[in-house]
Formats: sequence, structure tokens, C-alpha cells
Amino acid sequence: MSQVRVLVGTRKGAFILTSDGKREKWEVDGPHFAGWEIYHLKGSPVDPNRIYAAQSNSWFGQLVQRSDDGGKTWEAVGNKFAYDGVPGTHQWYDGTPHPWEFKRVWHLEPSLGDADTVYAGIEDAALFQSRDGGKNWRELSGLRGHGSGPHWQPGAGGMCLHTIILDPSDAGRMFIAISAAGAFRTDDGGKSWQPINRGLRSQHIPDPAAEVGHCVHHIAMHPSRPHVLFMQKHWDVMRSDNAGDSWQEVSGNLPTDFGFVIDVHAHEPETIYVVPIKSDAEHFVPDGKLRVFRSRSGGNEWEALTKGLPQENCYVNVLRDAMAVDAMDECGIYFGTSGGQVYASADAGDSWRAIVRDLPAVLSVEVQTLA
Amino acid sequence: MNGRMIRVVLPQHLRTLARVGGEVAVRVEGAVTQRSVLDALEACYPMLSGTIRDYGTRQRRPFLRFFACQEDLSFESADAALPEAVASGAEPLIILGAVAGG
Repeated sequence: MSQVRVLVGTRKGAFILTSDGKREKWEVDGPHFAGWEIYHLKGSPVDPNRIYAAQSNSWFGQLVQRSDDGGKTWEAVGNKFAYDGVPGTHQWYDGTPHPWEFKRVWHLEPSLGDADTVYAGIEDAALFQSRDGGKNWRELSGLRGHGSGPHWQPGAGGMCLHTIILDPSDAGRMFIAISAAGAFRTDDGGKSWQPINRGLRSQHIPDPAAEVGHCVHHIAMHPSRPHVLFMQKHWDVMRSDNAGDSWQEVSGNLPTDFGFVIDVHAHEPETIYVVPIKSDAEHFVPDGKLRVFRSRSGGNEWEALTKGLPQENCYVNVLRDAMAVDAMDECGIYFGTSGGQVYASADAGDSWRAIVRDLPAVLSVEVQTLA
Repeated sequence: MNGRMIRVVLPQHLRTLARVGGEVAVRVEGAVTQRSVLDALEACYPMLSGTIRDYGTRQRRPFLRFFACQEDLSFESADAALPEAVASGAEPLIILGAVAGG
């Protein structure tokens, strides 16, 4: 029978939740790396027992951990992230030039075809690749070397490269997103990049339709349709039907279109999920109600999913990497909150329950569907 | 084998990372300085690389301090000789994290 494994990164460690395919009873294992911030964990699609974890704190900096047994044991691998060449400058919050400085790894994306190849999105924004299971890292500097680099500026959370999407139909194509530079695409395996922000409008920058400068919070793609992208921007939910060449807004009837997460149903590429957050000044769900919104039409028309979720006195946030789906016949949806709950739905969002609660604030949630 | 055995006390998180308990001892050839001790420490425990000194600048990470013999040596030159009590193994070099909490 299939098994589902949920990888949860929190402010104070990592937790691994497992269940059989019914997804009724969950075992919670952890904390791993107790006391450390775990921004992200993700398993290799080639070898699901190969899991990479980004571990950091303010005292000791960045570590990368690797497990080859599904998270039972871990080995610290390479943690040297050196920018290629002279890093140069980007813009600081006040618009002055500021040198590129490594701060942390936000996201780890294992290759679709090789368990030893993994990509890391870091702050200050850059993309790194390891081809030896995380031991050594090299920058794919064509991204940071894109002509717009000196004009990139951090969002309030730092200038982070937080989203990496690999195209399953084209080994050379990859999408990334940076707060607050925007989305970029490569078609040649990371050598050269182009901004893909046409159609985005952001009122917090001098030219709302600028080529770069947009605070993209997250992007999601269904593997069967890699040219269709869904984006939760700082404000606005967007979609692209041409691999990011242009975007249109699909916020529709959402109560607020600010938020962080967005994800796609495992079997229905036009069914998407978001968790609206009140505003960029109040990072919690509106009206004290935790609601996931689902659109079965690829956006614009949204329904609130509330069964099993708190509908009063709830003021949690759901961060950008904290939602994932499983690939069971009845698609499971999972998300983690700043209050330390991980909610799961085994019926595509119709009903929910907390499969663990009272963890440290959740930073990321990834799901593995195991044979 | 030449060299001196230098005692080092690590903060809890680094002891866990290096899978050691209590203090560790590392062999240092030549002058006993912060740099030579940390070089020896990272050679014995590669997983500690980058956690005490920044990879790029080789400077002490800002939330860490180096104490020995009831003195704060954090702002001494990395190439200054450590106290003889450390070099002789009578006292440890203590790597300490800033306190956190309310």
C-alpha cells in the first residue's frame, strides 16, 4: 500500500510525518536538528529516500544536510556557497548599492533525473547547483549576471531566491522567482536567463509594470502542462499560459489577493489552491478565519474551503513554501501555519484536520508519495 | 608525532553537529593561535567548517566569542599566540554563543 511522507521545516527543527495511503493516522518523528531553522526539506523524485535539508541559524550560519534513508539519519554535506567571481552590488532598501552577501539557503530543489544533482536558491538571490549530492556547490551565475541584477532590491524578508521549478518536458528549462526582483526563466540549463514579468503590476515600485522589481511570492506548475504557471504575487494571483511570457490576473472573487502559497491539484491541472492573507501590513488570515480557497477553473472563480479549519479567533500565516500536494488517487493537500499546525485534506480540500499541532512555526511543507 | 594537543569547548549545537560530547582535543603544529586551532578543529571535524568562521572573510561569526583563562580573546588577532595555559593543555579555548532569550 502506498505511504505518504510529509517533510516539515520549522523555526526550531524538522519533523517527518508518515501515514499509510488512508492518511488517517500519522506518526510524527522529530525534531531533527532541534533548535535550528529548517527553511526547507525536499526529497529526490529519483530516490525518495534521498532528502536534502537547509539548516541554519544566526549563530552558526548555513548547513546542508542529506539523508539517504528517508530521514532516519543525516549527514552534513557542503555548505560553502561562494558567488562566482566578484559579486558586485544590488540595491539596498534605500536604493543605494549594496554588495551581494550570502545569508542562507531558502529552497532546495532536487533534480528530476539525478539524485545527486540538486539546486539551491539562496539569499542574497542566486542559484547554485550541486552535482555530487550536496558536497560541492557552484553558482549558475548567468542569473545574477543578468543585466538587471544591480537593480534588484530585497523584500522585507530579504532578497531571496525562493522558488525553483524544473520543467519535466525540457531539461534545459527552469523557472525561478526572487523577492523582490520577479520571475525568470532559462531555456539553456541556467546559462542565460530572461525576466518573465510581463503583465505583472506592482504599486510599490515606481513603474508598476517594470521588467523587474516585482515581489513574486511563489509559483506553481502542474507537470503535465509545464507552460502553464500560477503565481501568488505580493498582491494578485496570476496565471501564464505561455511559460511566463505574459501573465494575467486571476484573483477573481478572493477576499484578499495577498498571500504566499499557491499549489496545483495532482491530477487536475486547472484546480489550484491559495490561502489569502489579510494584507502586507497584517500577515494573518482575514476575519480570524483560516480558509483555503480552491479554483477549479484555473483562477477567477474561487470557493472557500473551511470544513475542519478554525473559523474564529485564528490569526496565523501560511508561508510561501508551506503548501504541498500528494499524488494519491484522491489528491491530498497539506499546509503548515505560523502557529505550528500542519493541516491535511485527504479529499482535495473538501475537509481538513490538523495532523500535528503545536510545532514551532512552520516554514515549509513538502510531501512524498511512496510506493 | 609532533605538535600540541589543544582543548576546545564547543557550544551545544556544534557538539551535536560534530557528534562529540564535552570538550574536544585537536593537535596543533607550530604556533598555537586562534587560526591554527580553528584550522586543526575544522580538519578534524569538517562539518564545522563555516560555522565558526565565515567562509569568505575567515572572520569569527558575529554571534560567537572566544574565551580562555577568564579572558575574552574574541578581538585579538587570529594570529596572536593564545595563552600558554591553552597551549599547554591546562586550559581549554572556549567557543561560546551569544545568549538568546528574554
